[in-house]
This record gives sequence, structure tokens and C-alpha cells, in this order.
Amino acid sequence: MNALKAAEAIVRCLLAENVDTVFGYPGSYILSVYEALRVLKLRHVLVRQEQAAAHSASGYARVSGKVGVCIATSGPGATNLITGIATAYMDSIPLVVITGQVNSSLIGRDVFQEVDITGATESFTKHSYLVKDATQLPRIMKEAFHIASTGRPGPVLIDIPGDVQEAEIEFKYPQDVDIRGYKPSIKGHMGQIKRAVKAIEDSRQPILIAGGGVISANAQQELIRFIEKTRIPVVHTLMGKGAVPTENPYNLGMIGTHGFKQANEAMNKADLLIFIGARIADRAWGGVSKKSLDDVKIIHIDIDPAEIGKNLGTHIPLVGDAKLILSEMTQRINDLNIEDWVSEVQELKKSLNESKTKVRKTKAVDPEYTIRLLSQKLNDEAVLVADVGQNQLWAARNFEDRAGRNFLTSGGLGTMGYALPAASGAKFAAPHRQVAAVVGDGGFQMSMYELGTISSNNLGIIILLFNNSRLGMVRELQQRRYGIISNVMLDKNPDFIKLCEAYGIPGIRVSNNSEIEAALDKAIESKGPFLIECKVDSDESTL
Amino acid sequence: MHRHVLSVLVENQSGVLSRVSGLFSRRGYNIDSLSVGETEDPKVSRMTIVVRGDDQILEQIKKQLNKLIDVIKIVELDPEQSVFRELALIKVKTDLSTRASVIEIVSIFRANIVDVSNDSLTVEMTGDEQKIEAFINLMNAYGIAEIVRTGLTAIERGNKVLNNTNKDEEV
Repeated sequence: MNALKAAEAIVRCLLAENVDTVFGYPGSYILSVYEALRVLKLRHVLVRQEQAAAHSASGYARVSGKVGVCIATSGPGATNLITGIATAYMDSIPLVVITGQVNSSLIGRDVFQEVDITGATESFTKHSYLVKDATQLPRIMKEAFHIASTGRPGPVLIDIPGDVQEAEIEFKYPQDVDIRGYKPSIKGHMGQIKRAVKAIEDSRQPILIAGGGVISANAQQELIRFIEKTRIPVVHTLMGKGAVPTENPYNLGMIGTHGFKQANEAMNKADLLIFIGARIADRAWGGVSKKSLDDVKIIHIDIDPAEIGKNLGTHIPLVGDAKLILSEMTQRINDLNIEDWVSEVQELKKSLNESKTKVRKTKAVDPEYTIRLLSQKLNDEAVLVADVGQNQLWAARNFEDRAGRNFLTSGGLGTMGYALPAASGAKFAAPHRQVAAVVGDGGFQMSMYELGTISSNNLGIIILLFNNSRLGMVRELQQRRYGIISNVMLDKNPDFIKLCEAYGIPGIRVSNNSEIEAALDKAIESKGPFLIECKVDSDESTL
Repeated sequence: MHRHVLSVLVENQSGVLSRVSGLFSRRGYNIDSLSVGETEDPKVSRMTIVVRGDDQILEQIKKQLNKLIDVIKIVELDPEQSVFRELALIKVKTDLSTRASVIEIVSIFRANIVDVSNDSLTVEMTGDEQKIEAFINLMNAYGIAEIVRTGLTAIERGNKVLNNTNKDEEV
């Protein structure tokens, strides 16, 4: 036991959790922690706005498989984090968020830079702490990492008043965690597993729907083995992209309102839906046209019992870790009698592959063709981070998933401005992997302050900017709903090439398909950050 | 829309009440009453929550409550197997001519008079909701100045004890 400042204890806790990078922005009530970061030499990445700290921590977490950590000061520092925290919550990304708070004696008096951040984030944190007693900090830090990373992952916030950071405590980092109100079920219930296996064996047209849970459970291999043994076709949600390689003959691609029609068609035809780590929210379910589910059985595998039965009635609920449950099911299941279905799926797969070779008629750049080309040129370990809007769906539909690749996007909350900071978090987590960020001119301008972080750390990120001088998806919605030409335009965009040049980031503007390949080659060769701005027709559609 | 009584063991910490009540409002669940107090273990509080909803909603409420780290255990109380009680303080307008008959009704209901003034009587009464409603209905004829109710609190009959060990494993 040794006595030290609580702020130093916080950083020692981070080191004990093998944290090697934190993302943050300082301010008055978090300076004690910043001093401890400096003294203990824990790498701190200075972002240019706190929201980016949360997104970067999220990108870092998704690529490293570890808990992402971000730090901000009280008041506006904390509130700027909010969008990033909510984004991580919706996508079940493990984060530990540390915020400074005004001194304990001032709490509740509306003093300078005071805000009730635990209250404000209550509905989109997995748990939060307002630390009142410095001696509890080691336990709280230990619990926070445990809660963030186990069960269904999510963000945990720790709000620490300035005087608590300054207090002297006896420091000992606890070995174990015991929270009586938190015991996630990991192993699937054996009776339920048997029932699920029986239902699958009895089905004639089963289909697997992989969600983000497959990726957070690191269950990709187990899923592929299950598919190979059973020959059951698989589709995925936006968050489930990457669960199964695109080339897998049983993979029919993304479902949903913006998914592939072959994937949605298979969903419509199936007599058994097997959801794995998917929320089945509106956008994912939106591609299913059948009105009645009377003749369909549903198995739902999820680590979070509350997801089961929330959006869709379920016949066989299976709570637990996807990795364990899938390998158990693979062991138990017998050969299926689904020949007709398998050949039907083969036809769908063929038609899906054919649909991906079409090039759009445009004088400007075809964004889907561009993503396909990028996907071909990037290696097997590449990370693609997509922003939100048309660019996101162009990327999701055309970036080829391979076993070692990652596809990151804000799937649940749909947060514009996610891609740049998340890409820099990804690059910090895996400096030797290729990282590309796909972004529209709207989302780019919501996050372009991060060019500062990217350039000052010389992060080798390829920024692929689709510039249609519009909020393309909003324009489409307005046209569809109100039949009007959009009244929201970004016609007076800045010169993005010059803007990047000001940050010391080289760039190329591409105005038609023939120029793309050379630009991509140049960007990939360049070791540092690189911008490719693609001129996209203002009326280009998502699908 | 059935009425359900949930008994919820939670960590006795600040912030728990706001987490629980916030959950109900943001997910659009209907809550009739919520009462809370310390238990035999000072580190644990017990909430009695009366909710309305069909089985699917009740299932969701239980699951969502279970997700809160501070929630230790949830049990739905069976009305047949439980004692439900509520405390109400009721200020009834009285004058010389009505006072005696109010006192008579109070004694029939086995309630207590805790304060008397020239123009009013304050009645303390405990019972299940029906008993309190029935009493309030009778008092309406005299004129009610004020009512305060605690909301339902409840306990299971017999030897059964709601203890604060692990959460129920969901299947």
C-alpha cells in the first residue's frame, strides 16, 4: 500500500487495465489527471473537440478489441462528449469515459462549468458514477472496465470532482469485481440450445441474421463454421457487416431498407429466422415486406435478455455469448434437409454478384464503383470507416468484407461526423493497418476540425470524400416525402483540397471515373494522410 | 392493461431512484405508484412499483430494470400471496354537525384521527387501495380538503423472503 493522489491513482488504474492510449481534451477540473498522465507517460491524444475524443475512443475500441478511454473536463467538455457516448451506446461499444467535475462542495450551485453529466447521460450509458469518496476510486475504475467490456458492451462514465482528484488515498488496484446487481449470463441455457437445434433441423428454409453482436462477441469463426456445416444462408445488418466474408457462398449480404434485394427476399421466404446479436430495429426489418409472421419461427440469440422480444416476438430465446452458443450448436446439429433452399440461395447469390458489377451512368464519379475499386486495392487487413448518409450505404454495399478487415460506422445513432475521428482512433489502435474514411461533404464539415489531430499525428488515413454539394440522403427524403427540390444545399462548400493543404494534407480532386484509379494508387502509396475528393452528381441516388 | 406490483431490490445509493424512474418515462411505461425505503440491510433499498401493461410490456419492464447495474432483484408479487398496504393522510372538512358521523366512519374503517381543528379532521389510514378508495368516496360527501398517499408497499405472505443475492437468471 502506498499513499498517492487520487488523480495519479486513476492513471495507475488505466495502466493496470493495459490502456496505452487515451483520447481527450483538457480543462480546469481535469488538470490533476492530465498532470498524472504526463508524469506516468500514458499516451494522450489531443483531439480538437471532445465529441471526437469519444468517437476516436470508439474507433480504437472496435479495432483493438479493448476498452476505449476518453477524458474531458467538466461542463462543456462533458456535454460535448454526449453525442459520442450515445453513438457508442447504440452500437454497444465498450468505453470508459472520465469527466472532471466541479469541487464537491460546489456541486448543485450552478457554478462555472458545472453540469450534471451523470444525469444527462443516464439513458445512454451502461452505468455511471459520480465519485464522492476518493478511496472508492480504484474499485470504481475496476468496476467500470468490467461493466464496459463484459455482457453487452457499452460506455461507462465516471464523473470525478476536482477535490476528489486531489485527495490522497492508499492505492491498491483490486483484483476481482463482485457487483451483485450485474451477473451477465454468458453460457447459453442447454435446454434452449437443444430446442433451437431441433427447430433448425425441422425447418426447410432457415436463415441466419448476423448483427453487430457477432462482431463484439468475436464469433465470426464460429458463425462461419456453423454455416459451413449446415449450409444455412446468412444475411447481416449494417452493424453485422464483416461478420462473414462477402465471398462466402452462403452470404447474401445486407438486409434492410437500404440492403440488397436478394437478402431481403431470402428473409421474406424463410420459415425460420435465426437472429444472432441483432436488435431487429426498424431499418434492418424495413426490407421485409411480408405482413404476417404466423408461418415463421424465430430464434433469437443475444447476450442482452432485454433485446429478445423487444421488437419482434420470439419462439426460442437464447441468452448468452454468441461464440459459445454457436460452437455448441455446431457440435449438436445434424445434417439438414434443405437441398431446395440451398439451390434457391445459390441463385440469389448469383444475382447478387451480378448486381455488383453495374456502373452508374454519370458524367461525374460513380461512388459505388469508387468503393469497389478502393476495396480491391486495399489489403486484407484494411479498416474502412464510413460516415453517415449516402456515403455510408455506398460503402456498406460495396466494401468487400474479408476475415481480417473491419468495417466501422455509426449504425444505431447515425451520427454524422463519426468517420474522421473514429478512423484516427482506428489508426492509433493499429498503426500498421490501412485505414480509410469514407465521408460526405456534410459529415466532413461536421468533423473537419479533426484534420488537426490527423495531420499533427501524421496518421496515414485515406479520406475519401464524396462531394455532391448536398445532404444527399436528406435531399432524397425530402423529394420522396414532400415532392420538393431540397431547400437545404451545400452549394457554397469550401475548397476541400485547399483546406487540407492548410493542414499539410495532400489531396487530389477526381471528377470522373477514369481518374479514380490513379488517385487511389497515389493515396495508398502515400504514407501520411491523404484526401481524395470525388465530385458526385448532386442528384445521385443512394440505391 | 393489467395492474402488476413489482418488488425491486436496489443498491441504497443516490441516483438509483432517478435511474429507475427515468427508465419508466423514457420507455413510455405507465407507472401508477412507486414507493421506496431502506430494508433490513441498510445497503439495500426496496422499491414497490405498481405498473400497468400487457404481458409483453411487463416482460420488457422487468428486463430493462434488470439491466440497471444498481438493480439487484425483481419479483412480481402475486396479489393472492402478498399483503398490499398503502398509507393515506386525509383532511376532511367538518363542522359541529358532521364531526360525529365522520368519526363513526373512521372507526368502522379502523383508521385513526391524528389531528382535529374547528373546521377539519385529519385521518390516518392504512389498507389496500380498495379500502382507501372506499373511504375517500365516503368522505367526498363531507368535502375533502387534502389527500396525501404514499403509494403501495407490499410483502409476500408466509416464510418466503426476497433476499439480496444474485439476480434471477433469465432463460
